[in-house]
Amino acid sequence: MTVPSDTLSTPVSATRVRRVRRLSTEAVVGYLFILPAVVGFLIFYLYPSVRGLMISFTDWNLLSDPESVGLANYRELLADEKFWDALGITFKYVLWNIPLQTVLAILMAVAMDRVVKSMFVKGLLILPYLLSNVLVALTFLWLLDPLLGVVNAGLEALGIARQPFFGAPEQAIETIAGINVWRHTGFNALLFYAGLQAIPRTVFEAARIDGASAVQEFFRITLPLLRPVTVFVLVTSLIGSFQIFDTVAVTTQGGPVDSTRVLVFYIYQNAFAFFKMGYATAMSMALFVLLVVFTLIQMRLFNANHSDLE
Amino acid sequence: MTVQSAPGASVRPKKPFHWGLALAWVGIALAVILSVTPILFVLKTALTTNRALFVESARLWPTQPTLDNFRRVLGLLSFEQSQALGGSGSTINFLGAIKNSVIFTGVIVVFQTLFSAMAAYAFARLRFPGRDAIFFAFLTAMMIPGIVLFIPNFITIKTLGWLNTYQGMVAPFVLMTPFAVFFLRQFFLSLPRETEEAAVLDGAGSVTIFWRIVVPMSQGPLATLAILTTIGMWNEFFWPYLISKDPATYPLPVALQAFKSQTPQGSPDWSGLMAGAFISILPIFVLMTVLGRRVVESLQFSGAK
Repeated sequence: MTVPSDTLSTPVSATRVRRVRRLSTEAVVGYLFILPAVVGFLIFYLYPSVRGLMISFTDWNLLSDPESVGLANYRELLADEKFWDALGITFKYVLWNIPLQTVLAILMAVAMDRVVKSMFVKGLLILPYLLSNVLVALTFLWLLDPLLGVVNAGLEALGIARQPFFGAPEQAIETIAGINVWRHTGFNALLFYAGLQAIPRTVFEAARIDGASAVQEFFRITLPLLRPVTVFVLVTSLIGSFQIFDTVAVTTQGGPVDSTRVLVFYIYQNAFAFFKMGYATAMSMALFVLLVVFTLIQMRLFNANHSDLE
Repeated sequence: MTVQSAPGASVRPKKPFHWGLALAWVGIALAVILSVTPILFVLKTALTTNRALFVESARLWPTQPTLDNFRRVLGLLSFEQSQALGGSGSTINFLGAIKNSVIFTGVIVVFQTLFSAMAAYAFARLRFPGRDAIFFAFLTAMMIPGIVLFIPNFITIKTLGWLNTYQGMVAPFVLMTPFAVFFLRQFFLSLPRETEEAAVLDGAGSVTIFWRIVVPMSQGPLATLAILTTIGMWNEFFWPYLISKDPATYPLPVALQAFKSQTPQGSPDWSGLMAGAFISILPIFVLMTVLGRRVVESLQFSGAK
């Protein structure tokens, strides 16, 4: 006797009665197995999502009872220049960070695919990804120090003027973006590299026989066939990028002159420095909506579910 | 330089010189240098005395390497000795922070992997009413950004009186993450059913099958997930930063940030800071050395989907 394959859609009617009895034990075990995860989901995902939405309609400083204020927080948000500023700075960060790290990562992946076989070298390339944001931020704070930092010593040796980096409003957010490019490029390259491995070699061979140049091959074959990975990398890194916080918290604390006060840092300030929980959650809801919209746009733009290989 | 003059050219068949290949090598070499150098400078600074920092800022290696900074931040030297070495005298209990990080990361990795594996197995193989709907809810949760959850979760933990406690720090991660459940379910779905079916004929129940067959067969993905979780949790900053305001419960990233901000005026204690930084990288280095191949492969694996 073989055990009937258990697709939900095709129950075998002859064994139905016996199945129902066996299913119930299985169901009990199933519920017990998902119990811890479901408790975690209910308390730390579902409940806070709903609670966050509700808090966003209140005025609450954590000490007194929350006071319902309707849409006031959202109205305040629309009129808050600092919110729009923070949004603008976040966009500026994302616009430096994402294109740079993605383009560099794709180039690095192609180079890895063609020349590097060594697991050790790949390990070195993803080293920065293994370090914490805090550590990376501290390290670069040190390397880029205006007086003692090695980078400025190097610039001076090359006859280039010393740069303030974190110290100047017109450089700070770009510096932070650059640091995170350093941290993520190797890791993203590895993801693209994995994507390249999945492309059948015959596709490239065929192109070469047809006389395609390396550049044509890259733009006509490599890039289009990498699209599923590109969508994955772009969507996840964009969502992460919009939530930039750690680096700012360690290096500039939003300064100088508020030039690095990104959205999540402003939300954090409102919640845990000004204790405006309602306003802070309203802004985090706005960020959530923004992220969903961006994700959907990206999926649409890249026609995500369709692969050129099929 | 021509190809013919290169050593070994007589052994190998002559190949035309590829500019693209050379360019790729230069690029890779540059990338490796760029990714490794800052970490070397962390080590170099950690080995430099505070007094030598200014004069030797552009040197690649200290003229008189010293382990004093490590001793200092680990609290092995007295306050007076530390100050004599040019330290600010500010200290963070790095040994304590290492302990906190090990507990924080360890508890989460063990239980999150276990509970997520159980749930993933149930979602992949067991039949019960509502299964697909619940799994869909889990998947949706993957999209919610951290900040949306962290404020209400902070309030929950505060209400429970769990601020400054280990349970407060591990609570949101210890029972599941949607990613872990999703990751393992995908793998369990691809396991061959034959072994499980044979076990059913032998009278094994779901629990036995899970422990005796599925878990041993899934060591690779379970280890992969455990490694990714270890890296993520070892480096987690935001949540412990909110929950732990007492130095006794600081994990390493929070301790480092606290050590740095103890000198708001003037320049931070760089050599001490870099010694602390290097200490906090060390366990990840060890992990990489022991499990390096698996880490790289696991990252490739997780991205290939």
